[in-house]
Amino acid sequence: MKSLVIIEHDGKNIKQTSLSTITAAEQISKDVEVLVLGSNISGVLENLKKTDIISKVNYCDEDFLKHQIAENLSEVIISFLKDKEFTHILLPSSTFGKNLGPKIATILDVQQISDIIEIFDHETFARPIYAGNAISKVKSKDSLKVITVRPTCFEPCAQNSNVSDEKFEVSSNQSKSVEFVTYDQSESDRPELTSAKIVISGGRGMQNGENFKLLEGIADKLGAAMGASRAAVDAGFVPNDWQVGQTGKIVAPDLYIAVGISGAIQHIAGIKDSKFIACINKDEEAPIFNFSDYGLVGDLFEILPKLENELN
Amino acid sequence: MKALVCVKRVIDYNVKIRVKSDKTGVETDNVKMSMNPFDEIAVEEAVRLKENGLVSEIVILSIGQDSSQETIRTGLAMGADRGILVKVDDILLEPLGVGKIIKEVCEKENPEMIIMGKQAIDDDCNQTGQIVATLTNYPQATFASELKKNEDGTLNVTREVDGGLETIKVKIPCVVTTDLRLNEPRYASLPNIMKAKQKKIETIESKDLNLDISPRLEVLEVNDPPERKAGIKVPDVSNLVEKLKNEAKVI
Ligand SMILES: Cc1cc2nc3c(=O)[nH]c(=O)nc-3n(C[C@H](O)[C@H](O)[C@H](O)COP(=O)(O)OP(=O)(O)OC[C@H]3O[C@@H](n4cnc5c(N)ncnc54)[C@H](O)[C@@H]3O)c2cc1C
Ligand SMILES: Nc1ncnc2c1ncn2[C@@H]1O[C@H](COP(=O)(O)O)[C@@H](O)[C@H]1O
Repeated sequence: MKSLVIIEHDGKNIKQTSLSTITAAEQISKDVEVLVLGSNISGVLENLKKTDIISKVNYCDEDFLKHQIAENLSEVIISFLKDKEFTHILLPSSTFGKNLGPKIATILDVQQISDIIEIFDHETFARPIYAGNAISKVKSKDSLKVITVRPTCFEPCAQNSNVSDEKFEVSSNQSKSVEFVTYDQSESDRPELTSAKIVISGGRGMQNGENFKLLEGIADKLGAAMGASRAAVDAGFVPNDWQVGQTGKIVAPDLYIAVGISGAIQHIAGIKDSKFIACINKDEEAPIFNFSDYGLVGDLFEILPKLENELN
Repeated sequence: MKALVCVKRVIDYNVKIRVKSDKTGVETDNVKMSMNPFDEIAVEEAVRLKENGLVSEIVILSIGQDSSQETIRTGLAMGADRGILVKVDDILLEPLGVGKIIKEVCEKENPEMIIMGKQAIDDDCNQTGQIVATLTNYPQATFASELKKNEDGTLNVTREVDGGLETIKVKIPCVVTTDLRLNEPRYASLPNIMKAKQKKIETIESKDLNLDISPRLEVLEVNDPPERKAGIKVPDVSNLVEKLKNEAKVI
C-alpha cells in the first residue's frame, strides 16, 4: 500500500491542512509520497522537504498551475498517476480539496470518501453526516481510494527531515473553458481560523460590523483568530470566510469563545471538537449553553469591555 | 439558455435527527422532509436569471423515490418550468451514481447551465457538482456567491474559498454549485403553488438508463457522535477568566 497526498499551499508555504493530511495518510500505510503543483514553488518545496513521514516530494512547476484551477490540476494529477502504484490519494477537506478531490475520483471512476475523521484500517473510515449529528462508518469497495481528510481531526506532522524531490514534466495544456480572474484575499495578521489555538467568534448578537472591534481587542490579547456565525456573515458584519459551522469552517481550538451566538446545530457542527468552549449570551436558555464548558449570562456590550480589561 | 437545476429531498434542516437503534442509519419515518437548502438557492438563482432574460427555460431534476415529486413541485412553484424525476428504488444513492444519472439527463436535455447545491445537508458530501462537471467535461464553478454574465457570453463566478473570494471566468455550458450568500430564496406564493400543479413532471426509471450506480461504499454502522456535556455557568467575568486560566489552562 502506498499513499499520495496532494499538497495545498498558497504559492509560498504549505498549509497546515496538508500536514494533517500527511498524518492521516501515515495511519493508512507507512509509505507516503506527496505531490505539489504550482508555479514558482521553490519556497513551497523548501518548506515541504522538511516534512517527516513522507518518502518523496513529487512536483510540477508550470505557469498554468499558478491559480490552482481544478480542471488544470486534475489533468496533471491524472497524468502523474499513470504507471504509478498508489492505493490511496488524500487531500484536505478544505475548499481546495473539496473542489479538486471529486474530479480526480470521477476520472478514476471511484466514489470519494469525504471528510474522514477517523481511520480504522486501509478501507474503513468514519465520517460525519447530518452536520455531525451522526457518524457513519463506511468501508470502501473501490480498489483505489480517494479521500478528503478533516484536518482538525489529525495533528499536523512535524517537519524535521530532509526529503528528496523529483520534478514531474507535463505536456498537458491549460483548460480553455476556465480562466482565473481575481482573488480577493482576506487580509489579516491573526492566526488562521482553522489552526488557531484560540478562536473568538461573534454572532447576530453583535448587531453590526463595527461592534466586532469589541472582539478584536480580546483577540489581540489572546492571540486568537476571529470567526463568526452564518447570521453575522449573511448580515455583512464580517467577511464570508469567517463563517464557522457545518457549511463553513470546522475549527477545533483549545478554546472557542462564542459571543452573541445562539448555538444552532449548523454552528455547533463546526466547533464541537474544541477542547473548551466558553460563551457569552444574554438568553440563559440559548442552546449554546448546552455545549459550553463555561457560560456567562449577560449583555455582551457590558461583558466584553470588562473581559478585555480583565485580561490585562 | 436552458438551465437544469438539481434538487435533493432531505430531512428538513430544523429537525433534530435521531440515529436508529439498530445503527443502520437515521430515523426518517414521520420526519419533515424539505428541499436541500443549497438547492433552494440554486432554484432561486435560475429563476432570477430567467427574470433577467438570461435563461429561457428551467428544468428541475431530482433523483429519488416518488416522494421527490413534492420537492420538484416546490421548485416549480418557485418559478421553474417543468420537472424530471429519475426514480430509483431501494438502492443507496451515492454522489458518483447520482452524477452519472445527471450526466445522462444532460445528454438528453443539453442545458447550457447546470445549477446545483454545493452540499447536501444529509450526506454532507460536497461532491456531486464536481462529479457532473467532470463527467460532462463542462467547467465547474463551485461555492458560488455571485454570477455575472459577460458580453461574450461567458460567466464570471465569484467563489467562496477558505482564504477569501476568488473570481473565475467560465465558458458555457458549465456547472455552478451554490453557496449560502448567492441569494435569499423566495417563498412560493399561493397562486404559484396552484399553477405549479399544472406543470409537467416526467418520470424516468433509473434502470432504463442502464448505468452502474451500485454503491461503492458499504455503511457498516451509523452511530451517535460523542456527546459534549454542558458545563457550568459562571457568575461574572473575573470568574470566567480565572477558570480559563487555572482550571482549563487555555489562556
Ligand atoms: C443549509 C444551512 C447551512 C448553515 N450553515 C451554517 C454554518 O456553517 N454556520 C453557522 O453559524 N450557521 C449556519 N446556518 C445557520 C444556523 O441555522 C443559524 O441560523 C445561525 O447559526 C444563527 O446565527 P446566530 O447564532 O449568530 O444568530 P441567532 O440565532 O439570531 O442568535 C443570536 C444570539 O445572540 C444573543 N444576543 C443578542 N443580543 C445579545 C447581547 N446584547 N448580549 C448577549 N447576547 C446577545 C441572543 O440571545 C441569541 O442567542 C446554516 C443554516 C442552513 C439552513
Ligand atoms: N438525489 C439527488 N437528486 C438531485 N440532485 C442531487 C441529488 N443528490 C445530490 N444532488 C445535487 O448535488 C448537490 C451536492 O450533493 P452532495 O454531493 O451529496 O453533497 C446537491 O445540493 C444537489 O444539488
